[in-house]
Amino acid sequence: MDIPVDQLLIQTINGIVTGMILALVASGLTLIFGIMDVVNFAHGELFMLGAYVGVLTLAATGNFWIALIVATLVIAVLGAAIYLTTLRPLIGRDPLTTILATFGMSLVLQNYALWQFGPVARKIEEPITGHFQLFYLDYPYYRLAIAGLAAAIIGVLWLFLKYGTYGIWIRATTQDRVMAQAMGIPVPWVLTAVFAIGSGMAAASGVLFGPLVGVNSQMGTSWVLRAFIVVVVGGMGSLSGSIAAAIFISLLEAYASLWVSPAQAVIVSFVVLILTLLFRPTGLFVPTPK
Amino acid sequence: MSAVAADVASKPVAPLAESELLLKVEDIHTYYGKSHILDGVSLEIGRGEVVGLLGRNGVGKSTTLKAIAGLVHPSRGEVVFEGRSVVRLPPHSLARLGIAYVPEERRIFPFLTVLENLRTGLDRHGVGKARKVALLDKVYTYFPRLAERRNQSGGTLSGGEQQMLAIARAMMLEPKIILLDEPTEGLMPRMVSQISEIVGVLRDEGVAVLLVEQNVPLTLAACRRIYFIEKGVVRHHALASELHVDHAAIHQYLGV
Amino acid sequence: MSEQRFFVYWTGFAVILALLIAAPLVLPEFWQRFLTEILIWGLLAMSSDILIGYTGMVSFGHSAFFGLGMYGAAAALLTTSPPNLWLALLYGLLLAAATAAFVAYFSTRLRDIYFAITTLIFSQIFYVIIFTSTALTGGENGVNFRRPAFAIPHLFAIRFTPSVLHWFVLAIVALSYLLLRRITQSPFGMVLQSIRENEPRTRAIGYPVERYKIVAVMLSGIFAGLSGVLYALQNQFAAPDFVFFVVSGEVVIYNVIGGIGTLVGPIVGAAFFLLLREAFSRFFTEYYLIPLGLIFIAIVIFLPRGLLGFARRWLNR
Repeated sequence: MDIPVDQLLIQTINGIVTGMILALVASGLTLIFGIMDVVNFAHGELFMLGAYVGVLTLAATGNFWIALIVATLVIAVLGAAIYLTTLRPLIGRDPLTTILATFGMSLVLQNYALWQFGPVARKIEEPITGHFQLFYLDYPYYRLAIAGLAAAIIGVLWLFLKYGTYGIWIRATTQDRVMAQAMGIPVPWVLTAVFAIGSGMAAASGVLFGPLVGVNSQMGTSWVLRAFIVVVVGGMGSLSGSIAAAIFISLLEAYASLWVSPAQAVIVSFVVLILTLLFRPTGLFVPTPK
Repeated sequence: MSAVAADVASKPVAPLAESELLLKVEDIHTYYGKSHILDGVSLEIGRGEVVGLLGRNGVGKSTTLKAIAGLVHPSRGEVVFEGRSVVRLPPHSLARLGIAYVPEERRIFPFLTVLENLRTGLDRHGVGKARKVALLDKVYTYFPRLAERRNQSGGTLSGGEQQMLAIARAMMLEPKIILLDEPTEGLMPRMVSQISEIVGVLRDEGVAVLLVEQNVPLTLAACRRIYFIEKGVVRHHALASELHVDHAAIHQYLGV
Repeated sequence: MSEQRFFVYWTGFAVILALLIAAPLVLPEFWQRFLTEILIWGLLAMSSDILIGYTGMVSFGHSAFFGLGMYGAAAALLTTSPPNLWLALLYGLLLAAATAAFVAYFSTRLRDIYFAITTLIFSQIFYVIIFTSTALTGGENGVNFRRPAFAIPHLFAIRFTPSVLHWFVLAIVALSYLLLRRITQSPFGMVLQSIRENEPRTRAIGYPVERYKIVAVMLSGIFAGLSGVLYALQNQFAAPDFVFFVVSGEVVIYNVIGGIGTLVGPIVGAAFFLLLREAFSRFFTEYYLIPLGLIFIAIVIFLPRGLLGFARRWLNR
């Protein structure tokens, strides 16, 4: 079977681009799971609503970058609101309840978007136009820009977690919530803030991804599924694991779509998940605990 | 709060004067599911005083500390700190007010470095950079091993070093009282004497200590007063100086 | 069960059963079909309760068992002529059982969230396979087929009118309920509940927990497949949409609303949800999920034991 090198290289780049967006979405999810053991089913809808806020802001201001920032902030606030109203009351209860509450929230948000914006997809114009020659393709600069931006955002997050006081608070709360409180860290606010940050990151991904596909109320569903897979394969709670897993899985899917249709290529990620759960359940990219 | 058993030799202890009083625990009750753990515990700690809490395993010593630290909510009773009722406050507020807690299992943050562990207590609002540097220096002086390992992950430290870190971390809060839960447990004898020294340092700094321990000699040496707990209630209370000769009480409440 | 409880319980059961039997005779056709659908979804939710309520395993994979039961029935009804009811049941149950065995093999050793996510992924795997195998399954558009006759060879044959179908469904759901009730109260059922209460201790006592879980998944899957067959009979088509994980999510919603661990609660939950949906869609058209979703969230937060949760101990003897 002879796959031309140029197709392989193009798919590698595509895989990395999608992988970086997936990494951005998954980082928010893994941050939330790591600190509060919540599987946020509504994450895909936060992605989608971010894209819509981006559409509206873009229409109002004509500036993509303002749209990106506004969407991130608005959805971060929405995330905090969702956390305070539906998740905080469930602290201490069976983890099943948070899955249900966020699932219910995802249904509400998805239909809300459908109601407000209708079924017709909207478009976000890319901020950077122009292509360059990549073999036989006119490859848009914007795609490379997305990968760079996503990487930059993740990089800022990583630095924030590693060095700032609040980063230490977040990491301490993730490792031992009780002792974090005993050290004077205002854990209830930390939890709210992390949910807001995760939501904001999902929104940013939505805006960045918007120009690649149409913005519609369904766009979140497939992303949340892939993000879950990435989070589990990468090791729940591990930021670096999620990033590695996101790129790994996206590359595999990109290569797979050389042979099968994209709809079928998603099975690749399913298979990776199942193999991971069978053989390395703590995560492929996390050292096995002794 | 006075002695219950009639045949114990030590004299009743006079209650503390109002101006001396730092912490007062009044008749707290806690439950774990249906189990009644603390069945009306009352005690007092004065400013800068080192007080011991002795008793067999499972009588409620740790639970008492946790109740004071806000990690367990009493269903009944009162905790008064510096004249103010704090029993309903969340743990992080209590830490800010000056109540530091060092748990039985140490529980330092395993994936934070020694310095980052210290910073969880050091990075507080209203503490200027100069004071932070001074605090760190002080702690590094008392705990040179921690200074050496400042960039090492907490989880890679030995048991004794982790205990040092747990106490140092609590000191970062500049607390008025430190609740110490069995600090010598699982430590080598050499380290036990170090713990003794540290308690002395805390006393010199004017920090009150409520020390829960199984190690009787250390407790008798370090503490001014000792409470004995049995089945969730304080049964006896005496000055350490008296208990040096009153072996009956120790035998009764600890079985040693 | 004490004398009085026994009497009250079975009287209640008989009364409800009688009402359901009489329903087709008094209700207009739309509501009759609606009631039949409630029973079918109720059976699906009840099958899920075996896992959630009794074994403590949250499954988001029931849409796979349901959908494959549906497609199994479809296969039988399309490939034999004249279409045979019993063959449809057989194919549907076999396919659902096979699916359950497959899913059980991979997922039962996982706990909690990982189990939930894995079963969800399996639903999606089946969804994608069915969706893309257009030649085999009709792909996106699904398949249509005719209802078989209600026939026992050499004995009788009648047409499945809506009323006859309703009674058939009712009989199957009622029998399933009685059977599942028997099972959950048997020693086997007790072990499942002990797994839910405290898995490590059950394991420590010596029970082969994995094996019990696999059987629980298969049991649950078979009854889910049964509801899929009934759905196929009722609506005469099968489509991949029913295998999509959101359907599993809705089933879990019925369970939680009605009260897990009660067997009959999920049926009530399904009824509640479907009736509300019907009511809301008259006011809110297709956006009924907004108020319905909010009500669901409120129930999760404020009424965690579900509508019938207060009666849980009572309903389980």
